[in-house]
Amino acid sequence: MSTAIKDTQKMIEEVLDAYPEKSKKDRAKHLAANDPSGQCGACQVKSNIKSRPGVMTVRGCAYAGAKGVVWGPVKDQITVSHGPIGCGQYSWWSRRNYYNGQTGIDTFGTMHITTDFQEKNIVYGGDKGLDGALHELKELFPLAKGIGILSECPVGLIGDDIEAVSKRVAKEFKFPIVPVRCEGFRGVSQSLGHHIANDTIKDYVLGKGELDTTTPYDVALIGDYNIGGDAWASRKILEEMGLRVISQYTGDATINEIAIATMAKLNLIHCYRSMNYICRHMEEEYGIPWMEFNFFGPTKTYDSIRKIAARFDEKIQEKAEAVIAKYKPVMDAVVERYRAKLEGKKVMLYVGGLRPRHTIGAYEDLGMEVVASGYEFGHSDDYKRTYPELKEGAVVMDDATLYELEEFTRRLKPDMVGSGIKEKYSYHKLGVPFRQMHSWDYSGPYHGFDGFPVFARDMDMTVNSPTWDLIRRKK
Amino acid sequence: MRQIAIYGKGGIGKSTTTQNLVAALAEAGRKCMIIGCDPKADSTRLILNRKAQNTVMDMARERGTVEDLELDDVLLQGFKGIKCAESGGPEPGVGCAGRGVITAINFLEENGAYGDDTEFVFYDVLGDVVCGGFAMPIREGKAKEIYIVTSGEMMAMYAANNISRGVLKYAQSGGVRLGGLICNSRKTDMEFELISELASKLGTQMIHFVPRDNEVQRAELRRKTVIDYAPDHPQADEYRELARKIADNRNFVIPTPITMDELERLLMDYGIMEKEEAAA
Repeated sequence: MSTAIKDTQKMIEEVLDAYPEKSKKDRAKHLAANDPSGQCGACQVKSNIKSRPGVMTVRGCAYAGAKGVVWGPVKDQITVSHGPIGCGQYSWWSRRNYYNGQTGIDTFGTMHITTDFQEKNIVYGGDKGLDGALHELKELFPLAKGIGILSECPVGLIGDDIEAVSKRVAKEFKFPIVPVRCEGFRGVSQSLGHHIANDTIKDYVLGKGELDTTTPYDVALIGDYNIGGDAWASRKILEEMGLRVISQYTGDATINEIAIATMAKLNLIHCYRSMNYICRHMEEEYGIPWMEFNFFGPTKTYDSIRKIAARFDEKIQEKAEAVIAKYKPVMDAVVERYRAKLEGKKVMLYVGGLRPRHTIGAYEDLGMEVVASGYEFGHSDDYKRTYPELKEGAVVMDDATLYELEEFTRRLKPDMVGSGIKEKYSYHKLGVPFRQMHSWDYSGPYHGFDGFPVFARDMDMTVNSPTWDLIRRKK
Repeated sequence: MRQIAIYGKGGIGKSTTTQNLVAALAEAGRKCMIIGCDPKADSTRLILNRKAQNTVMDMARERGTVEDLELDDVLLQGFKGIKCAESGGPEPGVGCAGRGVITAINFLEENGAYGDDTEFVFYDVLGDVVCGGFAMPIREGKAKEIYIVTSGEMMAMYAANNISRGVLKYAQSGGVRLGGLICNSRKTDMEFELISELASKLGTQMIHFVPRDNEVQRAELRRKTVIDYAPDHPQADEYRELARKIADNRNFVIPTPITMDELERLLMDYGIMEKEEAAA
């Protein structure tokens, strides 16, 4: 075991010492010093387990995963939060999944629609109200191409038959009405919500569309939620490579795009965690191969472009090289401009989905080092993909608690922390530069060649803002 | 004010027994109230001599929320001034009837439905304690006494034992106690002895053995209690006796539920269930 690993292990133990015995034993399984080889048994973290009560986990729920992540961004579908007002209200347009279209006419992404359960709906059931809401929506928004019913907790408790309502009304409306059983009490985090949402895509939409012409270069871009325009930046690269993106979901996605996704020759998945299920299904059912890729930062982007191109013929491979050649000078200039200001700066990440590993390369392109990284709701396959990306001895955290995040920050002294909105203000109070890495802090895109200059600018702006010198407490 | 909850297996005669015994209490000049905690809402029809009264939840649904209700909308007076309310709730298979019970009882309490002069409040509760909602009447600060209506039939006894388990849980955390078993006779073999024995196993008493009599059905058909319909009939005296015993009862216990094996042994001891060897 290397000294780097030993030192980190010692630090983790010190942090854990503040816990009562039982919590300490439990939390110790979720924190480790990184071993890039993945060989060291003690360096593997446990994940996807119920959070310990009282530790202030920052996890969300199944509804958050199904509505906020997977189904919410589908733009020509109306997403109904079925239940009391709060879930829909507080998840309203919080992830900035951009889309083209006229909101309220042919697209509905930023709209907040709920069945607004009252006590009487609990006692007498909400099915009739749901039926009424669906008809009202159809009348108000005749151009909608589908309706998703995202079930909140009470619906699952009282056993409303939303499937029966969906089936009946879908027949009448002649478009998909998707009942999503994503009650928040199911599972240990938002992760189950992703899975449930994937299953409903499979059951209610996938493979039900028709595509006139197909080409050998048809691909689907999956698991990109178009935050701040990410998917547009990614799509642009794929198209410049000569590929035809027949389906892009769920960022800026249409129901039809998802319905025809089974016509793709290759599924390209960015956020593995939230949409690997549908890729595996299409591999088994339709024989469509899938591959993960990473469009954060030029190094990973070039690498991914070449790997994607390798799945196609020489024509695509040549174009891929041309794309890289075209953008390399631009990327080099970005690196040159910002690297001087960011070289050697340390980053701590605590995010979800794919970012704890996918953004590491982008930081490294800027000369920065990720000294700690972790997932709110990752599974062991996510961590397996993460170990090789991090340096030896970096801290790997699963379902980290606010106390742990603060303690690691004090000890590792990162120059910036990238995490979510719930963490943002506690870091501001600590005087530590912080970047909201779920929604890009109202910025973006960060993907692809369009995104990297924005990413580099934002990180510079965060780390080197003079604000921090003014507010940082005197030691 | 004594608050009393009546539980028992579905169809055992809880509502009929409750209304008859409350009618007997009222006849004796006691101030009583019945709160039906069953979506079927048939806990007060014999007192009100009408089909069914407006329930708290149905009215709340009609008006929008329970806050839009007035007490007069849902609290009626029937035979000898007995106050009647029904929680109401959904038809079978939809929604959450348990939540309806919680909402309705809260409404009645907050709006002073019980009044100052009420001596007895009876909660007539649906079948088993299937969820938290149906345990609402025995939570802290509500009914402190429970009577379980049963008969000599196996499943009725099984339910009585199960309900005792629920009572045990609330007895430990609150002040609720079991006041006894009411045997509503089905004329099964050795019923009196069997229920007396079950009661003693549960640590309680069989407070009264109500014989089976068709006069009850005749009165029910006319939407009346026996006390109201045939006050001179011997069956009316049985209910008067039950009412007197409950009014005078001082025997309140934390029940000692038995296991399924013990219950089966009990039935075998009384020769109702064949011993396995004999059956083979």
